[in-house]
Amino acid sequence: MSEKTMIEAIRECLGQEMEADNRVVVIGEDVGVLGGVFRATDGLQARFGKDRVVDMPLAEGVIVGSGIGLAMSGLRPVIELQFLGFGHQAFHQIGQQVARLRYRSQGRHALPLVIRSPFGGGVRTPELHSDAFEAFYTHTPGLKVVAPATAYDAKGLLAAAMESDDPVLYLEPLKGYRLTKDEVPDERYTVPLGKLRIARAGVDVTLIAWSAAVNVAERAAEELSEQGISVEVLDLRSLNPLDIDGISESVSKTGRVAIVHEAPLTGGLGGELVATIQQECFYSLEAPIIRISAPDTPYPLGGVEDLYIPDVDRVISEVSALAKASA
Amino acid sequence: MLGAPWKSAFMSESRFLPNFESIAPFSRLSDSGILDSGESPMSDEAVLEALRYMMLTRVFDDKATSMQRQGRFGTFSSVRGQEASVVGAATALDPVKDWIVPQYREFPALIRHGYPIENFALYFMGNPKGGTIPPNVNMLPMQISLAAQIPQATGLAWGLKMQGGDGVAITFFGDGASSEGDFHESLNLAGIVKAPVIFFLQNNGWAISTPRENQTAARSFAERAIGYGVEGVIVDGNDLLAVHEVTARAVAKARAGNGPTLIESVTYRTGAHNTADDPSRYVDQQELEKWQQKDPVERVKNYLRSRGIWNENLELELLDSCAAQIDAAMEIARNTPLATSEALFDHVYAEPPQRMLDQKHDWAIRNGGDR
Repeated sequence: MSEKTMIEAIRECLGQEMEADNRVVVIGEDVGVLGGVFRATDGLQARFGKDRVVDMPLAEGVIVGSGIGLAMSGLRPVIELQFLGFGHQAFHQIGQQVARLRYRSQGRHALPLVIRSPFGGGVRTPELHSDAFEAFYTHTPGLKVVAPATAYDAKGLLAAAMESDDPVLYLEPLKGYRLTKDEVPDERYTVPLGKLRIARAGVDVTLIAWSAAVNVAERAAEELSEQGISVEVLDLRSLNPLDIDGISESVSKTGRVAIVHEAPLTGGLGGELVATIQQECFYSLEAPIIRISAPDTPYPLGGVEDLYIPDVDRVISEVSALAKASA
Repeated sequence: MLGAPWKSAFMSESRFLPNFESIAPFSRLSDSGILDSGESPMSDEAVLEALRYMMLTRVFDDKATSMQRQGRFGTFSSVRGQEASVVGAATALDPVKDWIVPQYREFPALIRHGYPIENFALYFMGNPKGGTIPPNVNMLPMQISLAAQIPQATGLAWGLKMQGGDGVAITFFGDGASSEGDFHESLNLAGIVKAPVIFFLQNNGWAISTPRENQTAARSFAERAIGYGVEGVIVDGNDLLAVHEVTARAVAKARAGNGPTLIESVTYRTGAHNTADDPSRYVDQQELEKWQQKDPVERVKNYLRSRGIWNENLELELLDSCAAQIDAAMEIARNTPLATSEALFDHVYAEPPQRMLDQKHDWAIRNGGDR
């Protein structure tokens, strides 16, 4: 056990999985000598060779598409998409091909494929890097989507994703790579897909978040506790499947729900959560569920992104109002 | 052949581009089925076997088309006119270790590889069971999102090579699909990693109604390979022996570790794009008739006649056996019950989300107490 950042945890996991299973190959842009633009694969090519850690030509479509083929040949590829913002270049392969190969072949072809990709804002990237596009992928049957918020979960969820025979989109918070350090076991472990984590226990309001927004939610909850509002922060970890039981349990207790996400409001995953919660927990609700999200506008240039992404102050003010609201 | 502006604006032809005087497709049989002076690349037995696949395809296409007209078969695309192209390529493969990554107009290649005819039929009847690929059959599902299969074939071939095998992958697509980014990205990657993949481009003149001229200003599809450091070759797609020979060479090259090949098989879709299409709206009748004169099946029969091993009796015998095989498969397909609502949910995930399992249960109840 030692303190690690999320990027260190991801790197350690990749190294351990590659060590344990020589079918694991890593492909992506700049993953070799450079070790990835965020260094998630730092040192892996030196350890495992150029055949297992491959610098791919700059073409997301064939990176994902050939990854499908690699899996068909018997390998277990981990694909790094440098930024989810560029995932659209591969969207046809992910949405119609990766997600459906098992179904289209009536179970003949399993697709043990992990697509890792950083997403979300807050680090002043150039244009088109930072969108939180998770809802495109949670709306894609056949695919699983996870989005860890901590270094501990990053390692355990990645190991679980790599172990799974279902294709998994593994989303990494750009802002969370080096934000905090967690105690992370040195040895291999898994965190189950499809289970949320109670990041902070509370009784008055359930505040649901994932990825980088979890940190925002936790900080807001800390300050809200000083106002006498006890907030339970749920870190979803898994966006598809959703841990509906875990959410219901919390909401049944608090009766008030706020969802915070970096993506625009309309069509965001928050809407799915609202619908699910009202269906599962209607009689427990004491106030309308609120969504704290980005506006329905394109992701802006980095200089003004703080105006776009929900921040701690906004979460405090909206949750504080929610705590006093009644149905 | 080379336009003057190229010469003046750039460098000499020999340094920059291959010799386009030799652009005529590689061929072995004349239109009337006479072999050139060289040795045949296929034994008589192999040609007979190939001809049977070609005739089987005709019988299937006729049967399926007539069933479609009666509402007993779904929209489907016949191979009409391209039988030599598909069969010539397929017979260069070893079904035990080579993979086919198909589009959807390759019926005989898939059947030869081991995909059951009844599954092919069920697929086009809209029964999900048709998608079932038996465990020992090395193919990916048919691809409807054109060109999406090309990167997959590239990765598959590359992966086989990485693991030390000598299997190769062939992927089929058309002149239309070669306009997609996936085609270009794949040739590029295959060249870099020397993937043992054969890109088999059937230039059949049409992407539904869009003529080949609207797909590219390039003089040939094969020459696009040059830009990716990949070898390209043009072959007469209505010449079984030529297609087989070129593909066999590409397969041998790939097996030996010498990388990918782009084969442009020049052929012609003498049928419709599919059963919903009306080619009379766009196909020039004279051009169609010109290509009908080059019928690939007749050409092989003529070749076998010239070898003294083809006659009317043999033809009738073969047709009967093809018809019996197709009828038997269609019978199985017709007697296969349409799937229950479970088919919507099965094989979506290895470990399905609980919500989806709940839906499966609800759907079963709603649809009359399925299991």
